[in-house]
Amino acid sequence: MNALHYWRAMWGIIGRELWRFVRQRERFVSALVRPLVWLFIFAAGFRAALGLAITPPYETYILYEVYITPGLMGMIQLFNGMQSSLSMVYDREMGSMRILMVCPLPRWFLLLSKLIAGVAVSILQVYVFLLIAWIYNIEPPLVGYLYVLPALVLSGAMLGALGLLLSSFIKQLENFAGVMNFVIFPMFFMSTALYPLWKMKESSEWLHHLAFFNPFSQAVELIRFSLYGQFNTFAFVYTFAAFLIFMVIAIMGYNPSKGMMMKKGGR
Amino acid sequence: MSDNTIQKNVSLAVDELSFSYSGKKALDKVSFSVNPAECTILLGPNGAGKSTLFSLITRLYDSNLGSIHLCGFDLKRQTRQALSRLGVVFQQTTLDLDLTVMQNLHYHAALHGMGRKQANLCIQEELERLNMYDRRSERVRQLNGGHKRRVEIARALLHKPALLLLDEPTIGLDVPSRQSIVEHIHQLVNEHSLSVLWATHLIDEIYPNDQLIVLHKGQIRFKGSVADVLHRTNSESINDAFKQLTQGENG
Repeated sequence: MNALHYWRAMWGIIGRELWRFVRQRERFVSALVRPLVWLFIFAAGFRAALGLAITPPYETYILYEVYITPGLMGMIQLFNGMQSSLSMVYDREMGSMRILMVCPLPRWFLLLSKLIAGVAVSILQVYVFLLIAWIYNIEPPLVGYLYVLPALVLSGAMLGALGLLLSSFIKQLENFAGVMNFVIFPMFFMSTALYPLWKMKESSEWLHHLAFFNPFSQAVELIRFSLYGQFNTFAFVYTFAAFLIFMVIAIMGYNPSKGMMMKKGGR
Repeated sequence: MSDNTIQKNVSLAVDELSFSYSGKKALDKVSFSVNPAECTILLGPNGAGKSTLFSLITRLYDSNLGSIHLCGFDLKRQTRQALSRLGVVFQQTTLDLDLTVMQNLHYHAALHGMGRKQANLCIQEELERLNMYDRRSERVRQLNGGHKRRVEIARALLHKPALLLLDEPTIGLDVPSRQSIVEHIHQLVNEHSLSVLWATHLIDEIYPNDQLIVLHKGQIRFKGSVADVLHRTNSESINDAFKQLTQGENG
């Protein structure tokens, strides 16, 4: 009976998130337009400027569009993770977060369910993006579409947990824009999403290190290798560790006696 | 109040509860109880500590000083059992505007572990009681303020709680909507033995049989029946009594 309660609640939370996503068509369109603009315009423009040597997992020379596709998949998940954390801050200000927090289940479980729901939405977006990319002649091996699924679950969970963590410490909606600038842009630009690590090393050793230890880079590499049917152990371990750390801090942040509420000064 | 047997028989027992924001006391040794089939009105001017008290009862905040028991379950140690006995209507609308009435209610039912079949039955029962069943497929965005409130009350009652917490639920509603909600809640208390703790500052929402708690500056100034407060303050109306109890110390 108890396990059933958890099961039903988790599906309730996932179902709500999916319904909301379907109902908010603008959100769906804008989530797709962003990476497509990068793919069709930015990548096409950079094709000539950026020469790419053969690096794993690729076995041949590739177009820049092919290189950047896993990075854009990561970008969809990064934005999605931040968007769900934004909606949590909004929910908290508007009060609907309270409905979730008042239900008789442990908070870690509620947060985890919320996270899984966000990941499900992001994966849906990524596959629609992959379909459009395929029409645009970016054709990874067919098995890659299957192998990339668990990688997307983990990368989505890691980025979602980061979003949860941020949402637990952001007191007001107004503070959110700043955090987006300080998190999304550095994370995205200082990663392997747009340029490979060795290319960065050519310009700056320092930048190379930052990009290497950026969890978003490792998530993108995990996606990149999986999409070509390969497993990148280091990227997997690094992304998984980052997920655990972010999740634990987020759960602590939402603990009524330790986290955000106490930050407001309550005792 | 610390006696366990007493706590089991009351729906809500708050004992010596204190809470501060950055050293400023919001609640100071607050103690009271709400019995089954009793409607308790929590009156207090703005800043009296009503919202803090509600945040503590719903465990949005946590306090180390004092205790809260719901149907005998310690909110801190037996959180899940305690919260399963609680239904809440918050001051702000907490419905998903883009979802239908049914979807909103099914979400709540799932959070409380109810199966589809049981949820459907309870949803029908609660919505019919509030004359909202015909509108179950409408998006919440299309409903007016009064109807949204009714859906929220139906939602709070879906899992058959023993205690219903209402945080100024009639704020911003027109007079007929307000009256119908006030009437409905009192009917639930009388016919279904529900316990209610109702925060408001609208005196006309109080019925003669209600219990009153007057909270001011984080302290309880009065608790008892409507007749008691009139007698104690030697007033002719609750309004006068309330003014007397909170007089000269506002702000």
